[in-house]
Amino acid sequence: MTEQRRGKLKIFMGYAAGVGKTYKMLEEAQDLKASGADIVIGYFEPHGRKETIARTEGLEIVPRRAVQYRDSLFEEMDTEAILARHPQVCVVDEFPHTNVPGSERSKRWEDVEVLLAAGIDVLTTMNIQHLESLNDHVWQISGIRVRETIPDWVVQQADDVVMVDLTPRALLNRLQRGVVYERQKAEIALQNFFREQTLVALRELALRQAAHEVEQRLGDEQTRSQIPDSASAGLRKRHKILVLITAEPKTAMVIRRAKRVSDFLGAECFAVSVQPTGDLSGLDAADREATERHLNFARNLHIETRILEGDDVASTLVDFGRRNQVTQIFLTRPRRRAWSPALSRDTAQRVLSLAKDMLIVIVSDREPVAQ
Amino acid sequence: MASEIRRKTPEEYLRECQAEEEATAASSKAHLKIFLGYASGVGKSFRMLDEARRRRERGQDVVIGAMQPQVPAEVEPLLRKLEVVPLKGVGGAAAIDVDALIQRHPAVCIIDGLAYDNPTGSRNPTRWQDVKDLLEAGINVVASINIQYVDELREKVEAITGKHVDQTVPLSFIQSADEVEIVDAPPEAPMERSAEAQVEIQKREERLSKLRELALVVTADIVDHQLNDYLERHAIKQHFGAHERILVCITPRANMQEMMEIAQIIARRFHGDLIVAYVRQPNISPEDQAALDARLAIANAAAAHIEILEGNDPAEAILAFARSRGITQLFVGHSQRTGLARLKGSPLDKLIWEGHGIDVCVFPQ
Repeated sequence: MTEQRRGKLKIFMGYAAGVGKTYKMLEEAQDLKASGADIVIGYFEPHGRKETIARTEGLEIVPRRAVQYRDSLFEEMDTEAILARHPQVCVVDEFPHTNVPGSERSKRWEDVEVLLAAGIDVLTTMNIQHLESLNDHVWQISGIRVRETIPDWVVQQADDVVMVDLTPRALLNRLQRGVVYERQKAEIALQNFFREQTLVALRELALRQAAHEVEQRLGDEQTRSQIPDSASAGLRKRHKILVLITAEPKTAMVIRRAKRVSDFLGAECFAVSVQPTGDLSGLDAADREATERHLNFARNLHIETRILEGDDVASTLVDFGRRNQVTQIFLTRPRRRAWSPALSRDTAQRVLSLAKDMLIVIVSDREPVAQ
Repeated sequence: MASEIRRKTPEEYLRECQAEEEATAASSKAHLKIFLGYASGVGKSFRMLDEARRRRERGQDVVIGAMQPQVPAEVEPLLRKLEVVPLKGVGGAAAIDVDALIQRHPAVCIIDGLAYDNPTGSRNPTRWQDVKDLLEAGINVVASINIQYVDELREKVEAITGKHVDQTVPLSFIQSADEVEIVDAPPEAPMERSAEAQVEIQKREERLSKLRELALVVTADIVDHQLNDYLERHAIKQHFGAHERILVCITPRANMQEMMEIAQIIARRFHGDLIVAYVRQPNISPEDQAALDARLAIANAAAAHIEILEGNDPAEAILAFARSRGITQLFVGHSQRTGLARLKGSPLDKLIWEGHGIDVCVFPQ
């Protein structure tokens, strides 16, 4: 038996509810159906909007599955039913959705992975604010911590990412005219993504990400040849990025940033925690839980992790970096300001003084723009 | 203070937006909206005419001032529903009939394809200048353009396509539009089985992907421009960091080669900006001056934008500049200080501590 062909994934990317992602996706679904494709809707969120609902006409819908959670019934995509039906193409709205507890898989993107692995092509929708590596940017722009995120590698695997654009002014007009239905309106307002400048900034993020996705798919050979000569030597020298994982909350931010930079540079990325015991047993419960969570977070983003044994965090980190030809170390900002003997135990300060032969990146805290 | 920090309700935002929009509508010329695509066939005409249809359904007086000579099949039904003011022939070629349009004076005029030179003897040498006349006459315009016909991109486009472009529109005109929307779609691959054709198809797809990337980046730049305008108008000092901006700080001992190499790669990969700066020092030694000049020469050779900053406190001067430009990454050299000198706190400490929202990348010297 030949190996199962993996299905193709196409993502319709927007920057806010109401820009027309689902509409565009359904339009494409209709085109595919007209050209003879066997296509079904696996999940569609109607939001009560007439023009979008009209685009589902004539498309087969696989009924949702009811999931009991506590005292309520929730409806989720019925992945098993779609697998049994096995269409050529499946339409799945709201890619970043989190399934209700008790579902087979916790995230809709994981359901989509199952469909793709079974050779089913998938069309799906998402907004830029759900991309994991942009979480801090989105926080900076909007003051919102988006909880439902998709790891970047999931999006990188897509065969195509299409930007669904609409100017913020047109979006605000739609809101005013009531074209954007109540739930979406509430969603935008609730999330505070509503201010024009917030929308403009998110749109810019989405456009830049879409450009990056196109470039990524052009392949390395192509991009390499476009880089100016003086810079190409720097690229040939492989970059290796090392991130220090601690229990500190800001660690998640540094992981995201390091991963984003390494993805853009085509560099390898490692994350390490340094512990005297070589495992997490020496930490108190709260720190152990936080460190474990950060290690898991890194792994979920496809970063290789390790726990190093060492009494001195800074020197163990720098030694590991030297032995592994690391070119950049990413750290959180030191907690206190100036040097002083009492504060010189601060890891960032110590790494800076120990590794003067390496590029050290101190990742800044990103705070929401006051508006 | 608390009331200033309080989040506004959606209704308040909406009212503000409306007020602002009304203010701009009353004070300025008519509204220009441009649909931007990276190639023909991505659906610009369809999107534009679909918007025309929707506007008409909402009761706006819409006419078509120009259409492409050949329209895709799906556009025809839309076209039939709309009034057309035909092009005016001048010696075999054609231009939009500005006089007729001004006389007809619709609320909205559709111009499919902005990049046309008009035949000699026309009112204006180019079509985009005709559009300016329509706007000045108070007619709103919805237009489309293919990224390949933007004047400032000519060199890049020709490098990608290998074709000479002669009829173009200046980027400043596109930037002046009230709204620019990109029409994005992956290049469509025709069905073809022969290996030879496959190679051709792949090359074509590559060309189109590069144009597509260019169109997305140009649109992002236009959006960034608008965002900065907005922040300036509202005296908002902070930046959103949606666009990566790297500031490379030169000192006499900086390893300029390595900094510039990495800065260029990052700027290119993130489609970001790169600025090189140094803080002018009083009483600089001749050796340091020579070292500085050598490093400036490297920056110059890389065609980087160079800023000379003034200030007694170098770290403060760099931070002030970085904040004003929305810098997201600061490239500096490792501190030279050791021992007791460290106790005072180096300029590097200050950059790290006070550079809110700015990553500090510390390079080997």
